[in-house]
Amino acid sequence: MNPVVDYRTKIARPNLHQLRPYGDTMDDGKVQLSFSLPVPDGAEAVEAARQLATKMGLRDAAVVHHEDIGEGFSFFVLYGNCQHAVDYANIHVPKVDVERMDFYAVNAFIRDRIGRKVVILGACTGTDAHTVGIDAIMNMKGYNGEYGLERYPEIDAYNLGSQVENAELVRKAIELRADALLVSQVVTQKDVHLHNLAHLVDLLEAQGLRERLVLVAGGPRITHELALELGYDAGFGPGTLAPEVASFVVQEMVRRGLA
Amino acid sequence: MASKLYLDPQLVARGRAAAGQIADDMDAFIRQRTTIAVERTALRLFGVDGVDADGVPLPNRVADQVHEAGGLAGGVARWWVNGRLQTGLGPQELAEAVGDGMVTLTELPLAPEEEIRRAGRRWAEEALDRIRGNRRDRDHRIARLGEGPQPYLYVIVATGNIYEDVVQAKAAARQGADIIAVIRSTGQSLLDYVPYGATTEGFGGTYATQENFRIMRAALDEVGEEVGRYIRLCNYCSGLCMPEIAAMGAMERLDVMLNDALYGILFRDINPERTLVDQAFSRMLNSFAGVIINTGEDNYLTTADAVEAAHTVLASQFINEQFALRAGLPEEQMGLGHAFEMNPMLEDGFLYELAQAQMVREIFPKAPIKYMPPTKHMTGNIFRGHVQDALFNLVGVATQQGIQLLGMMTEQIHTPLVHDRHLAIESARYIFNNARHLGDELTFKPDGIIVRRAQTVLQEAVALLERIVDIGFFEALAKGLFADVKRSRQGGRGRAGVVLRDPDYFNPFEERLRVELGLSGQEVRA
Repeated sequence: MNPVVDYRTKIARPNLHQLRPYGDTMDDGKVQLSFSLPVPDGAEAVEAARQLATKMGLRDAAVVHHEDIGEGFSFFVLYGNCQHAVDYANIHVPKVDVERMDFYAVNAFIRDRIGRKVVILGACTGTDAHTVGIDAIMNMKGYNGEYGLERYPEIDAYNLGSQVENAELVRKAIELRADALLVSQVVTQKDVHLHNLAHLVDLLEAQGLRERLVLVAGGPRITHELALELGYDAGFGPGTLAPEVASFVVQEMVRRGLA
Repeated sequence: MASKLYLDPQLVARGRAAAGQIADDMDAFIRQRTTIAVERTALRLFGVDGVDADGVPLPNRVADQVHEAGGLAGGVARWWVNGRLQTGLGPQELAEAVGDGMVTLTELPLAPEEEIRRAGRRWAEEALDRIRGNRRDRDHRIARLGEGPQPYLYVIVATGNIYEDVVQAKAAARQGADIIAVIRSTGQSLLDYVPYGATTEGFGGTYATQENFRIMRAALDEVGEEVGRYIRLCNYCSGLCMPEIAAMGAMERLDVMLNDALYGILFRDINPERTLVDQAFSRMLNSFAGVIINTGEDNYLTTADAVEAAHTVLASQFINEQFALRAGLPEEQMGLGHAFEMNPMLEDGFLYELAQAQMVREIFPKAPIKYMPPTKHMTGNIFRGHVQDALFNLVGVATQQGIQLLGMMTEQIHTPLVHDRHLAIESARYIFNNARHLGDELTFKPDGIIVRRAQTVLQEAVALLERIVDIGFFEALAKGLFADVKRSRQGGRGRAGVVLRDPDYFNPFEERLRVELGLSGQEVRA
């Protein structure tokens, strides 16, 4: 009879310096991907898809589905095993590094440390008409159980809505003596969001306003790192709720002496 | 409960009576026979385990020795118990001595019959006590931790390596699974022995071994404590070692077992006599251990068209129910199977699926019906597959199925990856929660497509069952009445392991189980 072995000692562990995707066996590198090609479906198209996946670094790339989707396009689903690995142990990602406060704590913080109402403007700028994100942060009823900034007694929140030109946002910031601007960008086609976000920073600097404002970007493709590169103070991705944004804004104001 | 499908109770009763007739005829046949697998099961329950120097399991060595000497007709138990009395060896030592050729059980002097029977019954009782203990343990854990609502979320793990399986299984439990099934390695059902020890290499699945059962049980108990929900463990009690795996599962507290009266015959070409005898003893053990069995009617629909063959599923469910009752298995442990396998391009196919699922629910009201996902018409298009699975889940919750085997969008591509299972569970939880009481709200048009479909399937199933009664069960198998597969009574694998019992046949486990399960007499059931 075998001695009783603790199964936990037999389980494979990931190599954090050589991290690969996991399907069902440690280090198998299993990747699922799908794309379309601008050629009709057929044996040549399938081979083209397979070669592309191989060039992406997938070993044993296999086309598991292909079909004609009209107008000379073909659609593919593929699996393969990623040969590349990354050094997870040495990855450092900038994060918004402030204490996260709840609704009550944010209002108390403003009363104690700022002593006046904080003015926050939110807008979807440029041609972007997707207000779901900014509404979730700004609107009274909020989202997923968290009130929006309009509900905060110590915050004067103005939701300017969608398709607000950068120049208009700057004009409103001056008029309302804004402490913080929240800029939402959802549409990313041809990197329109990057140009738009950068343009706002240029305008604010030209007006000498940049240093007096907390400038925040948000949207499904926005990361904190990207926002910093574009000259913003913080960036928030999908799933962010109002208290996170409010916590950052009020603490950043105090840190920079804008209170 | 009034039938929403206006099913005729007289017709349902006729179907049940015909299936009962088939099972009664076979029950007499079964009681006269034993198999090499049934005898190995008795040895396992007596504590025989392990392998010899060549890797042959000791239960096989002992049973084969007795079989080759022509001693199986009286039951291996007599030889085994006598061997222990004569040699004074413990179970493991005696099994090893037989394996080494040091002891030939059939050549030892025989103790008086009464003495053998007394000792055999005492040792049998010890093994059955362990199973009783496991059953109590399960009940306590469920009472303390609770369990998910039905339909239970059932997912499979199949990495081939038990130590990867436990990782996948624990992840699935955290994702929300209620039942984890460890798919067996391809071809295990045709092995006439059970592999031994922890295994790390399988093909399309992981070998069912007692050690693998023990490892997975420990892992699921552990994660069950953390998630605050009892997580059930399922394996496959089918193939040539059906009763042995039932015994191993009973000893290691498995909760669910695939266990079909006909599956091995039809889909693995196992000899019909062998399967019928094996399934009866397996089901006694499963019943006693509190194990929910799952029958394999979904397989009918992967070989035949799901619309045309729908009635064969219902007929088989009736037969499985009656066989199970004759093995003492209560309805609450009968996870009768069926499947959502119609071609998705069929107009109103969803209505037919809904009709059939509701029909099964109504005809077997106490059974935790096991509902299988689309597999045959899954393509590599994972996105469409995910939608097919969503419709399947909607039918499952609307018709209050007992066990929902979750479909994987990657069906037909690979055994599930960790995220395939996550996405399947996420989708099922969303749909089950979002439509939890949909079934309570639904009624169907008396002359509508759904009602007419269910009534047609029931009529066809009853006609098929009555035809099987007329021509005889073995003849029906030979004619291909089930799943278009023809199986002769003498054909298939494992027939050499079927033995006619002597009048003094002794199997203290079966003897005790028949008493405990109320199977002593030849009672007739409605």
